[in-house]
Amino acid sequence: MTELIPAIRMTELTKRYGPPGSGQLAVDRISADVQPGEVFGFLGPNGAGKTTTIRMLTGLSRPTAGHARLLGLDLAHDLPRIKKRIGVVPETSNLYDELSAFDNLVFAMRLYGVPRRERAARAAELLARFRLTEQRDKPFARFSRGMKRALTIAAALAHRPQLVFLDEPTTGLDVVSARNLRQMIAGLREEGITVFLTTHYLEEAERLCDRIALLVRGRIVAVDTVAGLKAQVQEFIAVEATLQNEDGSVAVRRLIGESVPALLRDVLQQADAERQRIVSVNTIQPSLEDVFVQLTGLDAEVMQVEKGGKGK
Amino acid sequence: MLIDDLRGMFYIMLKDLHAYYFKPPNISWGILLPLAFVLAFAIRDPGNLDNLIPGLLALTLLFGASSMEAIVIAFERRVGALERLLLAPVRLPALLAGKILGGVVFGLVTTAVVLILVLFRYGLGGVNWPLLFVAMLLSATAFAAMGALVSVAVKEVFEAQTLANLFRFPMMFLGGVFVPVASLPPVLRIVAHALPLTYTVDALTVAMAGGPWSAAGLDLAVLAGFSLAFFVSATWTLARRVG
Repeated sequence: MTELIPAIRMTELTKRYGPPGSGQLAVDRISADVQPGEVFGFLGPNGAGKTTTIRMLTGLSRPTAGHARLLGLDLAHDLPRIKKRIGVVPETSNLYDELSAFDNLVFAMRLYGVPRRERAARAAELLARFRLTEQRDKPFARFSRGMKRALTIAAALAHRPQLVFLDEPTTGLDVVSARNLRQMIAGLREEGITVFLTTHYLEEAERLCDRIALLVRGRIVAVDTVAGLKAQVQEFIAVEATLQNEDGSVAVRRLIGESVPALLRDVLQQADAERQRIVSVNTIQPSLEDVFVQLTGLDAEVMQVEKGGKGK
Repeated sequence: MLIDDLRGMFYIMLKDLHAYYFKPPNISWGILLPLAFVLAFAIRDPGNLDNLIPGLLALTLLFGASSMEAIVIAFERRVGALERLLLAPVRLPALLAGKILGGVVFGLVTTAVVLILVLFRYGLGGVNWPLLFVAMLLSATAFAAMGALVSVAVKEVFEAQTLANLFRFPMMFLGGVFVPVASLPPVLRIVAHALPLTYTVDALTVAMAGGPWSAAGLDLAVLAGFSLAFFVSATWTLARRVG
């Protein structure tokens, strides 16, 4: 039986900024395989090293140590060939403000050598797919944030890449735009395109990804399917308590542990200490958020912090 | 790979011309600013107008080729658009060459407009046209590459303008446009010979007077040298900045 060549193979990939010893270790000896056709989530809080990893894998930044192979090609020696076969959607929507949606797509195709006779049809197809046909001649500068993200993804797909990197694709979007974009990302899987997706939204990772790597402080602490990750904490139980403060406001507290009585005792103690009234207490199956908390030792709230100020 | 580079260069140039250069404010700035300077001197000394023509063309080349060039890369780096080009299958020197070509074409087009205005006044006779074209091409390349070097050396767009003017304005007054280099004090004459504009004015003066190639050989060689030095320095600086 022939072994499937991974779309990405990272081996001890490391990035250090600044001088050895005193510099900042952004990515610390990460190893993982991404299989062809899967949506692979790279999940971690801000500053975990997600973007740095993408920058290394796409040739924008040279690894300090370790190596990677993309689509069977060596990153260190075959970068130009790799570039032709990958698409990248960076964290900031970075098409050209002065060009129309159509011209931006055509320019992307020109750079990647898409034959002239195919360009107009491919651009029209992408505009239709991303629901931007009516915006065909509108300059990118006049697009809404959600439309900018959609067109940036379309541009990354213009040359029909086999592997697409999506860096925080829905950060900063409104609910409707984010939902539309997630549908579009799900559609990539159906086309057989491998997707490497970074996100700090747990729900997004759970909904979109076949497998997830949890990244904390530059290190991968777990790689598995969502079900596999949940299985790692199946001996745990989660308790969600709705509590009412003295001023009438309501707070929801979520605790995870091995015994329901112990968790209930914790809820009672905390409610008592903060003079809260218990409205309801429910036991629930651990979610990906609970898995994250258990495996990383971090508070899930660090994942809820909205990134801002990037002008997406 | 070479095909990818050449294609990338060409389309980056076209994109820059379309997106940044051929906008009414840029065209007017590229043509009117040199004309305004020359008119100011011509009004002061009307008998000297003919001698100012090579300088007028040289200034138009300088501002046309370098003004937008000095901004474009810094701007694209700031908004993240340069990253798109770095991710494309185009090597860094080709990427930068595409950027520089945009400035070269714009510099040549604006200078051609001024040249046509000059020809209406003085006619077509007595000009060494091939020499004029080569001198204009090499000058535009040197100035655009200088603009690119400025653009990759700074972090912010406003810094690019300041730094570019730091080079351009001394060049304008010491490069033989308004005052012959020979009549400058000895120290300033040495400075003048370190400036590319001096060689542009000299080569254009020879070409406009119908002089032979040999009279402008050194000027052309120095302009080619400036072009190469600026291009290599800009590529090296950009590689360090993005790596």
